[in-house]
Amino acid sequence: MSQTPLLLSVDNLATHFFSQEGILEAVDGVSFDIHAGEALGIAGESGCGKSVTAQSILRIVPKNGKIVTGAINLFQNGDSVDLVQLDDRGQQIRQIRGGEIAMVFQEPMAAFSMVYTIGNQITEVIRLHQECSQNEARERAVEMLRRVGMPQPEQTIDAYPFALSGGMRQRAMIAMALSCHPALLIADEPTTAVDVTIQAQVLELMKDLQRDMGMALIVITHDLAVISELCDRVMIMYLGKDVESAPADVIFRDPKHPYTVGLLRSVPELGEGHTQELDPISGSVPSPYRRPTGCPFHPRCPEFIPDVCDVDLPPQIELAGGHRVRCHLYVQD
Amino acid sequence: MAQADAAANNLNAGTDASSPSSSHRQAGVSRASSADNVLEVTDLRKYFPILRGFFRRQVGEVKAVDEVSFHVARGETLALVGESGCGKTTTGRCVMRAIEPSGGSVLFRKRDGEEFDITTLAKQDLRSVQQYMGMIFQDPFSSLNPRLTVLEIIGEPFITRRLITKRRELEEKVAQLLRSVRLDPTYMRRYPHAFSGGQRQRIAIARALALDPDFVVADEPVSALDVSVQAQILSLLKVLQSELHLTYLFITHNLSVVEYLSDRVSVMYVGQIVELGRTESIFSRPRHPYTEALLSAVPVVETGKAGRRRERIILEGDVADPSNVPTGCTFHPRCPYVQDICREEEPQLIDLAGANGSQPHLVRCHFADDLDLQGVGNALQ
Ligand SMILES: Nc1ncnc2c1ncn2[C@@H]1O[C@H](COP(=O)(O)OP(=O)(O)OP(=O)(O)O)[C@@H](O)[C@H]1O
Ligand SMILES: Nc1ncnc2c1ncn2[C@@H]1O[C@H](COP(=O)(O)OP(=O)(O)OP(=O)(O)O)[C@@H](O)[C@H]1O
Ligand code: SF4
Ligand code: SF4
Ligand SMILES: [Mg+2]
Ligand SMILES: [Mg+2]
Repeated sequence: MSQTPLLLSVDNLATHFFSQEGILEAVDGVSFDIHAGEALGIAGESGCGKSVTAQSILRIVPKNGKIVTGAINLFQNGDSVDLVQLDDRGQQIRQIRGGEIAMVFQEPMAAFSMVYTIGNQITEVIRLHQECSQNEARERAVEMLRRVGMPQPEQTIDAYPFALSGGMRQRAMIAMALSCHPALLIADEPTTAVDVTIQAQVLELMKDLQRDMGMALIVITHDLAVISELCDRVMIMYLGKDVESAPADVIFRDPKHPYTVGLLRSVPELGEGHTQELDPISGSVPSPYRRPTGCPFHPRCPEFIPDVCDVDLPPQIELAGGHRVRCHLYVQD
Repeated sequence: MAQADAAANNLNAGTDASSPSSSHRQAGVSRASSADNVLEVTDLRKYFPILRGFFRRQVGEVKAVDEVSFHVARGETLALVGESGCGKTTTGRCVMRAIEPSGGSVLFRKRDGEEFDITTLAKQDLRSVQQYMGMIFQDPFSSLNPRLTVLEIIGEPFITRRLITKRRELEEKVAQLLRSVRLDPTYMRRYPHAFSGGQRQRIAIARALALDPDFVVADEPVSALDVSVQAQILSLLKVLQSELHLTYLFITHNLSVVEYLSDRVSVMYVGQIVELGRTESIFSRPRHPYTEALLSAVPVVETGKAGRRRERIILEGDVADPSNVPTGCTFHPRCPYVQDICREEEPQLIDLAGANGSQPHLVRCHFADDLDLQGVGNALQ
């Protein structure tokens, strides 16, 4: 496949939270690129910094947090803009949010207000970003609802969010996010709150839409299988660090980082039967305020190298085929 | 941390040696009413009233559980699976009589053979029987009282039932329970907030096992945990089952977990069992269209192994509403194989295997015998 143009480039992003307990390095030196039409999956366990990465891109980091270093370059029409340098309440980022970059959340209720119909809310988004009349906006909203497979879109558009089932709400939220044809859609745990048969519907829908609209996608989830279904590239995070990233077919076949290896061995695989052995990672993710020295994974790592891993932060190593890993095992000297 | 590592090592060692449970696996063969059954549930029903308006008049019923029958043989794990709202938790709670069923019977048989009809027991008798039944819940954060120490949480059943009155004896008992779930006994003076999710679930398991139950209902015990910790708890549950000869009713929506842990599986849809049988046979060849769709919907990690990619079945529409159950077969509005008869006539639960003398395989579908449905697993390759 020939490489499409670069769309978003995140370089050494660090976002920290400040509180009485101290500084929490929620995202700590993360880098990745997304090309037009590409799907990137970000995976890792609860608290590793997935959502804060997404919040940083959209510049919606909560007040007690701050992007402390790094650049987030968005490329459009031969131009580029560093989102980190924008005023987070200024005109420019507001146009980008919901325009070039849209987001869907785990809990669809969070995206909608309960006092307006979904039609009101979707047309408002459309008119915020595009010059059009109320009627045209409504037509586009109906079209978008039809596109996401909403039953009877002409009627459902006048429904209130609470009157919709979970699966329908999820569709309405995706319709709203896609209504301005974003170049990039960020989906934060888009299917965690829905049933497995509905999850299958939503994943299929996102695949179709991505293909038809040539949209790039960032899928955030703790479920590696969801990423495997949807994504071209994968980035695995642990305690704010991007510990491994690679093309999806490479990382699932040949994971390099001991944490990725452990994650893959922790989930029972459907179709492997009663006798499969799980090989859980020992211990649990430490408190972010007590981040281990050296490699953040070292207290749980079966490959731990004494006096190296607990002392030095491993550098990011470039392997062949766009495969990057932060681990001392792969340092060549 | 070192302690947790040791626990994990123990666990791995334990799983290797988990063959005792395989001898129990045969137990699932026995039909209902065998002396080997810990639990026999017959025609269990739970209808919740739907109340409306100022006078809270009843305007309808939610058929949360409707004519559910199954048994659980000693030493086996029966999984209850199905999507949100299909009645799994309600079934689990009715079986323990944590809530009152609307109808049906639940027969519980202790290790020594003594039998009780849970549904008709008087309150005090119920309490004394409930000590043979443990329960583990989904959320390890809200299921433990934050104001009590671990010692008080795990020791509580002994104190309220006046089984242990001396403090030293209680501490010894709790230390032993903590060791059994691979936690350091010196943790017993701490409060729940000082523990991670996985450690809290271990505490909840220790509490469920405190009175040495025969039977444990585990309701989504790993759903709220981090992926890496889920595996630790699943292995622990497997090891404890063989060490303590436990029988599990395991409630989950996660089919990969079912396959890993359970001997038999019961698939529920809108309050009813639609398929029930040996896990391997149902997973390799489901006989109900809903089971086929469920298995097919599970995303899998593409590891490049040959033959794993499957044709995906995407069901239309949402899970049916139990307060407004479709006519005929409750699955008919979403079923890809629907025929006219399905819209009118309710299919009965029939045993497909019974006729030729092999293991029971119950299915609620008019066309169970005719459909050639697709499963998962190595058998396919
Ligand atoms: N508003 C906030 N104030 C303080 N700390 C925060 C805030 N939001 C997030 N954090 C912390 O930042 C870290 C990263 O959080 P983030 O929400 O990005 O995790 P995540 O990977 O999305 O996890 P999950 O899978 O649970 O959604 C966590 O330690 C979290 O506690
Ligand atoms: N106390 C109650 N009053 C009224 N309806 C109830 C009550 N408890 C449960 N229900 C209804 O009964 C049905 C079955 O609920 P139940 O909690 O058993 O489902 P479940 O299979 O455990 O779902 P989940 O996977 O979401 O936990 C649902 O429709 C639910 O709304
Ligand atoms: S750097 Fe060391 S501790 Fe960290 S993952 Fe690699 S081997 Fe393990
Ligand atoms: S009875 Fe009919 S609608 Fe119901 S599952 Fe069978 S084929 Fe489908
Ligand atoms: Mg998150
Ligand atoms: Mg439940």
